[in-house]
Amino acid sequence: MELSQGELDVKEIFGRWLDEEATSNYGAYIPFIGTIRAEDNIEALSFDIYEPILKEWFNQWQERAKERGAVVKMAHAIGDVPIHSSSYVSAVFSPKRRVALELIDEFVEDFKANAPIWKYDVIDGERIYAKDRSTAMNGAGLLK
Amino acid sequence: MIRVEFLGPIGKAPIFMEASTLKDVSIKLKEDKSLIEWLENSAVALNDSMVDNLDIELKDGDRVSILPPVCGG
Repeated sequence: MELSQGELDVKEIFGRWLDEEATSNYGAYIPFIGTIRAEDNIEALSFDIYEPILKEWFNQWQERAKERGAVVKMAHAIGDVPIHSSSYVSAVFSPKRRVALELIDEFVEDFKANAPIWKYDVIDGERIYAKDRSTAMNGAGLLK
Repeated sequence: MIRVEFLGPIGKAPIFMEASTLKDVSIKLKEDKSLIEWLENSAVALNDSMVDNLDIELKDGDRVSILPPVCGG
């Protein structure tokens, strides 16, 4: 798992991951790129990340992938990321395509629902929490 | 004494309190009206592990984190 300030260098990351697994004998490599779209007058999105819990979440996914003979990788941006650039990339490597196709779906969907990352719209330089697009994590409301 | 941290958009400084279970934490946090809406939809971690049980016993120095709704990517 890789976290870095500002927009991701997508080509560098996917090229490096490809090199890392070049001789691992995986038959399928499925990349996912999250790109920030221009909408609602935003100039950028901005992200806060709580790294200790994100690491634990990601480690659980690595274990699940390993049980199926696969590997998951991800990179995410911290702070402001301008429109038309990337804030999130992930990938699955597996011996055969079916496991990779299923895992990328499960992994990206659970990422959206349970990775401790908070998104803000940046409009006129102001950071506004994307409340309406956010999802309560599993177990939410415990202290209500 | 335990420490309660508010993550992401809640934007509140950490607070310290005496509490023997998460139930105690819930009661004390609800005294702050500005937190009630956040507590409705926030998940909870104890020392960086997610928890789902109010009866968990707390010990001195424990760290409770309040995690509001998320949206990565």
